[in-house]
Amino acid sequence: MGGSKLMKFVWFNLQPWPYLPEDFRETYRSVWVDIPNTLFDPEKGHDLYNMYLDQLEFAESVGFDGLGCNEHHQNAYGLMPSPNIIAASLARRTSDAAICVIGNSIALYNPPLRVAEEFAMLDCISGGRLVAGFPVGTAMDTNFTYGQIPALTRDKYAEAHDMIIQAWTRDEVFAFDGKYNQLRYVNLWPKPVQKPHPPVYIPGGGSIETWDFCLDHDYNYSYLSFNGYKGGKAMLDGFWDRQAERGDRDDSPYRTSFAQIMCVADTDEEAEKLYAEHVLYFFNRCLHVYPGFSDPAGYRTVDTIKAGKLNQLRKENIEMFTKLTWKDLVDGGFVIAGSPDTVAEQMEYLATSLRVGTVFCLMSIGNMPDWKTRYSTQLFAEKVMPRLRNIWPDYDSEQWWCKPLANRVRHEGDDLNRARRYPDTPEGVL
Amino acid sequence: MRSVTTRRGIEAKVRTLGTDANPPLVYLHGAGGLMPTEPVLECLAEHFAVFAPEWPGFGEEMTESRLEDMLDFTLHGWDLIECLGLDRPCLVGHSMGGMIAAEMAAINPTGLSGLALLAAAGLWLDDHPVPDIFAMLPFELAEVLFSDPKAGEQVLTAGLDFGDDDALKQFLVGNARKLGTAGKILFPIPNRRLSKRLYRVSTATVLVWGQQDKLLPPVYAERYQELLTGTVAELHLIDGAAHMLPYEQPEATAAAVCALLG
Repeated sequence: MGGSKLMKFVWFNLQPWPYLPEDFRETYRSVWVDIPNTLFDPEKGHDLYNMYLDQLEFAESVGFDGLGCNEHHQNAYGLMPSPNIIAASLARRTSDAAICVIGNSIALYNPPLRVAEEFAMLDCISGGRLVAGFPVGTAMDTNFTYGQIPALTRDKYAEAHDMIIQAWTRDEVFAFDGKYNQLRYVNLWPKPVQKPHPPVYIPGGGSIETWDFCLDHDYNYSYLSFNGYKGGKAMLDGFWDRQAERGDRDDSPYRTSFAQIMCVADTDEEAEKLYAEHVLYFFNRCLHVYPGFSDPAGYRTVDTIKAGKLNQLRKENIEMFTKLTWKDLVDGGFVIAGSPDTVAEQMEYLATSLRVGTVFCLMSIGNMPDWKTRYSTQLFAEKVMPRLRNIWPDYDSEQWWCKPLANRVRHEGDDLNRARRYPDTPEGVL
Repeated sequence: MRSVTTRRGIEAKVRTLGTDANPPLVYLHGAGGLMPTEPVLECLAEHFAVFAPEWPGFGEEMTESRLEDMLDFTLHGWDLIECLGLDRPCLVGHSMGGMIAAEMAAINPTGLSGLALLAAAGLWLDDHPVPDIFAMLPFELAEVLFSDPKAGEQVLTAGLDFGDDDALKQFLVGNARKLGTAGKILFPIPNRRLSKRLYRVSTATVLVWGQQDKLLPPVYAERYQELLTGTVAELHLIDGAAHMLPYEQPEATAAAVCALLG
């Protein structure tokens, strides 16, 4: 599946730990960085990783265009410190879907050549199906877990990006004399299948620097948050305003992607009945991050601070936390949930109002059991996706999508695992 | 207040106090920067000609991108002394400033006539991990830094009310510049291997520490004493003071520094 004029859907799972205790928020200060690792149980982890990988494979089988994974460290709602391991498993067990690694936090790799190498391996194994994400990374991951100096993180990121692109595209052996990395012989083995290199996605916040970086290099601006389509609109508007302001004539919606939490059921009522507890687990337990970890001095630019919100930094507001309800989340657009009609309607609005061609569909939320995830995923693929495919008939995603080899190794015969039924699946479902 | 430009081309504002007839003293502030009033400088000015430069990134200007690592910081310190035209001054540094001062003394041991380290950063002891100020919220800082957190809050906020959005934003922007710059030598662990170089310090040295210091407890002063093998470093512990001793006990802090006058 290469580029086309059909809207793209990437099935994306953060891979949360579903066993956080009821009183997690009251008992522990953060889900990220210093969460006690005694809460992790490796035997449960075995089941969980396999279940999440099965779900990703299942998503391909029902027609999703891409499968997403990302990088977080010391985080109980994201169990993929190395997304490339997940991507490698998928490369061998799927045949068509794009493998969207969104992405590798390139400032963290010493040298960043490692990312150029591993992404090239993934692109070769998958036959050119890699979509390569280069996030700066959150402060929790980059600064507090991996120890990068906040004020130098962006500079180091820029250097890492430069090294990777040169390594991918230059045919001769060259020396790289960087400030953070010095290599006498850069000579990439293997090289990526896709030329000049796999499509690059930049998961970022809403700074002018990020928008310009994407526009300068023709990278996809990927706004991947849990804020939903109402909360995220300002970011996409900012990108498109900047694009117009620069006099850039290419307004293809495939220049952007957006993440949205979605839950599909037969009816709106059924959606609440099936999914509310799991979505609330995610928002009320998984997103409990100690605010001191989110923004060390030097991580954000001064302009971004001036535009930012202050609520989280005040003692009274931290203590006053009120639990979110299903209604809050649905009304606020954090979650698009309901019957296929409801979801299709809101998704159409999302795509057109944000001007987005690629949607990262977050469909396995919090502590959702396998069968509910598959149920929601299948309904979306069968009853919602077809209604959204032709929203952008005048645009082709080719430039911002992977270009797989026509003759690539196919991995048929893995349907057994795709259809694996986990023990809690009720009779008569799927 | 004087404005100077170093040979590297970095502009610096320097607060000057006291009379030129007294011996020169350079004071390097901590990661909080120079406050509007610095009582310890006034006390020192009775005995010294005091020069207190503002570190790049600590004023209104953006973070100075030319200063990236410990060596850059150390050389900037010497560049300042050079462009101020000072001959073998006493060098005093508080916290982050103490770390820079110790590095300066190690790299050029004959260029100083005395060194005073006030609750200096720069070392790390596994058994006494330094609390992570980079992960603290504005309202959490005073508790760690002062023996009297209520009074300390006033010093930190310089009278700003954090309940007011503009005031909080102003504090955050200032903090981002100051601690962002400080992070270049203090994050994630305030150890740039100074311990390997301290043997070179040969000038007269005093260590001045707040008895109640919770950020860098006095055990860090003892570690400095062990590592400063090239000089006799006298330790002055000050009661009623924590990490922010120059603000909590300015007279006693200045008196301890005056031991350098011999």
